[in-house]
Amino acid sequence: MNALIVTAVLGVMMMFSSIVLKRNSAIRMLAIVGLLFTFIANVLDSSGVHFFSINIKGMMHFDQFAYFFISISIFCTFIFFLLSAKEMERIGVNYSEYFALIFFILCGIILVASFTSLLILFLGIEIISIPLYILTGSDKKNLKSNEASLKYFLLGAFSTGIMLMGIALFYGSTGSFSVENSVVIAATTSPMLLIGILLLLFSMSFKVSAAPFHFWAPDVYDGAPTVFTSFMATIVKAAAFIAFIRLFSLAFTPLQDRWQLIVAVIIALTLFVGNITAVFQQSVKRMLAYSSIAQSGFMLMALLAFNTFSVEGILLYIVAYSISTMGIFSVLVKMKDSSLEEFNGFAKHQPVLAVALTVFLLSLAGIPLTAGFLSKFYMLKAVMHSGNFLWLIIFAVLMAAVSVYYYFRIIQVMFFKESDSNTIIVSTSFKWLLSALAIIIIVLGVYPQLLLQFLV
Amino acid sequence: MNEVPLTHILVLSTALFFIGMFGLFTRRNMITILMSVELILNSVNINFVAFNKYLFPEKLDGVFFVLFIIAIAAAEAALAIAIIINLYRNHQSIDVDDATEMKF
Repeated sequence: MNALIVTAVLGVMMMFSSIVLKRNSAIRMLAIVGLLFTFIANVLDSSGVHFFSINIKGMMHFDQFAYFFISISIFCTFIFFLLSAKEMERIGVNYSEYFALIFFILCGIILVASFTSLLILFLGIEIISIPLYILTGSDKKNLKSNEASLKYFLLGAFSTGIMLMGIALFYGSTGSFSVENSVVIAATTSPMLLIGILLLLFSMSFKVSAAPFHFWAPDVYDGAPTVFTSFMATIVKAAAFIAFIRLFSLAFTPLQDRWQLIVAVIIALTLFVGNITAVFQQSVKRMLAYSSIAQSGFMLMALLAFNTFSVEGILLYIVAYSISTMGIFSVLVKMKDSSLEEFNGFAKHQPVLAVALTVFLLSLAGIPLTAGFLSKFYMLKAVMHSGNFLWLIIFAVLMAAVSVYYYFRIIQVMFFKESDSNTIIVSTSFKWLLSALAIIIIVLGVYPQLLLQFLV
Repeated sequence: MNEVPLTHILVLSTALFFIGMFGLFTRRNMITILMSVELILNSVNINFVAFNKYLFPEKLDGVFFVLFIIAIAAAEAALAIAIIINLYRNHQSIDVDDATEMKF
């Protein structure tokens, strides 16, 4: 509860901060300090120090998993601010508003990580989406950015409509909004409930950009300003996953055998479409958009098996994927455009950055000794334990092998191509930060318990 | 006076839902698309109120949900208009087919 209120207040504060603070660096500082304070407030909250005592009538429940995920997303936002907050200056003049919107998104993330009522789920998803439409279109003169925000809005509104219809049917057959097994068991035979669950499944697949519903993702990720793409494709996507998994693991497990096959097919399609299309992309930004679709196929596997492996795996996956993707985007945002040629001979100019990027790419591809490998391993092991979907595991491993091709293409270009003339200017602190992130990825790939011990 | 049965209301709301969905996919004018989105949301509202009135009249859960949907729909409409105005400034039209910068 602490973090929720603190982020909401900070959002309002950031909105008005440009009246008082004239310099962008001061605004940035305020945002970073505010985020640190939110992190501390959340950690205190999880250890029993509550700043506010509010009766939320059982509509939200903060368990250890929710606290841990909120901490992770605040931490990732912190890294995002350190890496890329400076680049937001180039997008437009409303510097402080971008931070305000990001804080509001965090507020929505906290809602979807802790809901027990479908009302809170709906509000959380909308609080995440509406600022994102604005951030996507924030580059007002850029036609691509306009178009991206248009598409995002249309498909977002469409999926919201489907979700609301699902909630309405759920309400019609159970008479309550609470996300509990007992509610569902009481109404098991109703076909209306099944349709409701199906609609919820489709709309949540929209939000996480799973395969038959992924059409918006490449265009939106490509058109949005690169800084915000890196936020959208990592932290927000992770929150959508947590909402998806929370909804289905809390409420719909009694009907597991009805929807699990659909989820398995969605996963297989997602892996196939994401990986195969990514191979043919020439722009690194678009390639990363497809790779994020492909990665979400792996993350969705947590839906097929609710056991300790999937809980640990999804958190490890979120950390590994978010850090690696943000790292790559933070370099990409400094380049002139996002074509693959920009990376030609990158290793000669910026050896430190090239090594860090290589670690991130290896992690995304799932090469051993990186966090990406272990998280994929956890997810596959979770599905293996549930025992039903052996074909899916084999298919996933094959598709992971395909993904190696397009990740390694960037590595190959960085180290073995001659460059014409590209020099990006980076500060020493940026280099240190990126190397530190690369070290985190490797350390988590060897000792995942360093992270997972907090999840008791 | 006879009461209207629940099924009639559900038929109405389902029809509205699919009319909205049809409009969303076939119309090319942004304002019309926005209207279709509103149709979808309002069909859901009818559903909620009808379920509440007929099946679970002892609590007002469904009606409260409708209030939240109306608020969110207003916010979305404001945002959509902003996006449309921005599009109009750049393209001099509000046809979605004109916004085709990105291809596969």
